[in-house]
Order: sequence, then C-alpha cells, then structure tokens
Amino acid sequence: MYSLGDIVRLLLYLVGLIGFGAFNAAYLSLLERKQSAWMQLRRGPTEVGPWGLIQPVADGLKLLSKQILLPRDVNVPLFLLAPIMVVVPAIVSLVTIPFSETLVAHRYNLGLLMIFSFGAINIFALLIAGWASANKYASIGAVRVVAQNIAYEVPMLLVVIALVMVTSSFDLVEIVKQQGGGCWHWNLLKLGANPMMPASFLIFFICMLAETNRAPFDMVEAESELIAGAFTEYSGMGFGLFFIAEYVNILIGCSLATILFLGGWDCPFGLFPGPHWFLIKMYALCFTVVWVRWSFPRTQFYGLLNLSWKILIPLALVNLLLTAVMLKLVP
Amino acid sequence: MINYFKEIILGLRTLAIGMRITFVRMFHHRVTLDYPHKTVTMTPRFRGHVILKVADAKPKCIVCMACQRACPSGCIKLDGEKREGAARKSLTSYTLNFTTCSLCGLCVESCAFDALEFSKKYNLTSMHKEDYQAIDLLQQAGGGK
Ligand code: SF4
Ligand code: SF4
Repeated sequence: MYSLGDIVRLLLYLVGLIGFGAFNAAYLSLLERKQSAWMQLRRGPTEVGPWGLIQPVADGLKLLSKQILLPRDVNVPLFLLAPIMVVVPAIVSLVTIPFSETLVAHRYNLGLLMIFSFGAINIFALLIAGWASANKYASIGAVRVVAQNIAYEVPMLLVVIALVMVTSSFDLVEIVKQQGGGCWHWNLLKLGANPMMPASFLIFFICMLAETNRAPFDMVEAESELIAGAFTEYSGMGFGLFFIAEYVNILIGCSLATILFLGGWDCPFGLFPGPHWFLIKMYALCFTVVWVRWSFPRTQFYGLLNLSWKILIPLALVNLLLTAVMLKLVP
Repeated sequence: MINYFKEIILGLRTLAIGMRITFVRMFHHRVTLDYPHKTVTMTPRFRGHVILKVADAKPKCIVCMACQRACPSGCIKLDGEKREGAARKSLTSYTLNFTTCSLCGLCVESCAFDALEFSKKYNLTSMHKEDYQAIDLLQQAGGGK
C-alpha cells in the first residue's frame, strides 16, 4: 500500500508536472511562433518583454479575460466537458514519463500502455468537442479526427509492439536502462535486433505527428478549410485548454520517442547521463515537430489515409515480422 | 513493387529537401522592419497631402489663387493681404480639406511659383473627421508672419 510520504510525493510531482506542462505549452507556442517567423524571414513576437519572451503570458491573459461563449444549439455538458477531457489525460500521461532513473512521478510497469490508453481519450475528447458544438465545420473536424487517429494508431502501435518485443518490457524506466552506455546501444541503432529500427523510428515520428494533429496532418483544425475545425465554437480558455493540450501532447510524443528510440536520459557518448540529456533530445524533437509543420503544406485527406494504410501499416507489419524472425534467429 | 519503394524514396528525398530549405532560411537576414520603431524613407514620387513650400522662413505662396481655382474638389481655401513694405501679398490663411482631396496634383501643377508640393506624411490617423476637414497648412509651414 501507499504510505503518506508516497502520496505527498505523488501530489508534489503532480503539481510540478502540471507546472511543467503549462510552462512548456506556453513556451512551445512561443517557439512555434518564433521558429515559423525565422523560417519565413520574419522576426516573430518582439514587443512583450526582451525578444518577446513574455509573450505567452500576454497570450494567456488575453485568453483568460475572454468570455466563454455558449452558442444556442450546443450540448452544454459535453461542450464544457470536452476541453477538460482533452487536457486531463495529457497531464496524467506525464506522470509515467521518466526524466531520469529516479526522477519519475510514478514508475509503473505498464507505463507505455498507460500512455497509449490515455492518448486514445484525446480522440474522444475531440470527437465530443466537434459533435457538441452543433456546427458543421466542427462536425467535419470531429469526423476527420476519428478517421485520422484510427488510421495512425495502427502503425504506431505496430511499431511499438515490435519495440516491446525487443525490450520485453512496458516499463519506461526499464526500456531506457536497456539502452544505456552510448548511442550505439540506443534502440534507434539496435540493428542487431532489427535492421529496420531507423525506419520504425521514422514511422513512429510520423504517426506521432498525426496523432497530435500537427501539420501536415492537422486535418482536425485545418484553419484554411474548416475555420478551426473541432474548436470552431470555443472561445477564451475553452480554446486555451485545447491549445495547451496540443502542446502537452507534442511534449509527451517527443518524450516517448526519446525514451523508446533515443535512449532517454542516456548520453550519446557515454558521459554524464542525466535528465539534461533527456530534455535536450526531447526539445530537439519538439524543434523538429515545429520545423516539419512550417516546411510542408497540409496533405489532402485521402493522401493522409493513403500514407497510413498503403505505406506505414505495411512497413510496420514487415517490421513486426522481421523483429519476430530476428528474435528467433539471433539469440 | 519497385515503383512502390521508388515512390517512398522519392517522397522522403523531397521532404528532406524541403526541410533543408526551411532550415537554411532560419539563418538568412530578416526582412521585417520594426515598423513603429523604424520606418522607411518614402519614395520621391509618393503623394502625401499637399504642403506649402517655405523660403527664408516664409511660405513662397503669393496668393495668386490659381491652386484654389484648379482644385476639382474645392479642397483649398486661402486668403491673403498686402502688408506694409512687402513686395507681394502675404498669406493669412491656407486650409486644405483632406477628406475630399483626391491627391490629383492639379494644385501643385497649377502653381507657377513653386509654392506647393506633396508631403511625405503617411502616418495620418484620427478619431475625428474634423481633424482632416481643415488642415491648416499655413500653420504647418511656420505661421507666415
Ligand atoms: S491634389 Fe487635387 S484634389 Fe487635392 S488639393 Fe490638390 S488639386 Fe485639390
Ligand atoms: S498657386 Fe501657388 S502661389 Fe498661387 S495661391 Fe496657390 S500656392 Fe500660392
């Protein structure tokens, strides 16, 4: 059973993680604005604070000060539930993310599974948001999110299953531990276990982009087609919560990619492993996520589904079979 | 089957090229001008509202009324007087109704004494229409006394 100390520790971690999540949501949005500006030869926010560093605070205040409108036909309980449903799983998923061997809120031997199951709630929340809004753009966005997330959940899970076959553990701490001691031990480069590891990392990353509804897969929001998709009718902090959840989900996705493929807190050349390496790798991936968004236009919807069903899923299946064969052949 | 893989490789290659371009772009020089803090100088042929030219701290205008007559919209109202000891008439008032001015330039062209020109002002805003219904050009040119 849990002792009082454990519960206090868990609560403190939870507060810390909520703070961490909120801080990252704020500053990833700033990174997004700055980086997109740099890539387009602009300068991004510069007015609020030095180099615009206080900008997220201003954005937050703006969203907080706005009224939460309830349009006439919305289904009020569901409409209000959706933003909460989207943000809570995102925060809860952070609980099992190990920042280092000891720095983890709750080490759970099914951590990986838990993150995926909480991640699935995200789809429901967006579906509910779109449906409850009683708005045709929101409904289209909601329908798209289901089609898209189901399509991309499959290859993602297939890749992860193959990985779990290699690590034979769902425990994130254990998975990272197995990759300790330099970048040649990372799952990304464990070609002995499966020569398709780099490809499976790529599949995982693409699916992660699609699961978090990031451009070029942002069919849910698709502001040029659907106004704001599932979020059309939300204002003020209702919208703000979706916004925070989007960035926290990116954070979780990048953390997961770091843990599963890039050795978590392990140093690439075997020196000074620690949480700083975890953060460096994770933010490098976050940078890449933003980089991808501002490099490519949104795909068309059938292009999106084709990519999943015709390319990613077959490759993921081959990857799975190959891993199984290699496990039998290479003892 | 070969085509399938060719397509994937080609796709990945083009994606990589795209990402390289955006990455390199991050280190280009910025084209943004920090507008309220920095402004560009206006091009020579830019037409702001007309202003009176000044020579020896006095408007060059000799009150011949040609500009008032030339203006198709009747924007210009001016008046002058013959002062003791002055060789020519002096302006006592010169107002421009900028709300109807079409910036056609007929007034500038009609002035035989090179006393009018277009200004380079473009930061003009006001919450009151009156502010632009009678711009006192004489005052802007330094009073005229
Ligand atoms: S520019 Fe044209 S419309 Fe404007 S004051 Fe001169 S003559 Fe009139
Ligand atoms: S035409 Fe020239 S000189 Fe004559 S009144 Fe107008 S501004 Fe003065």
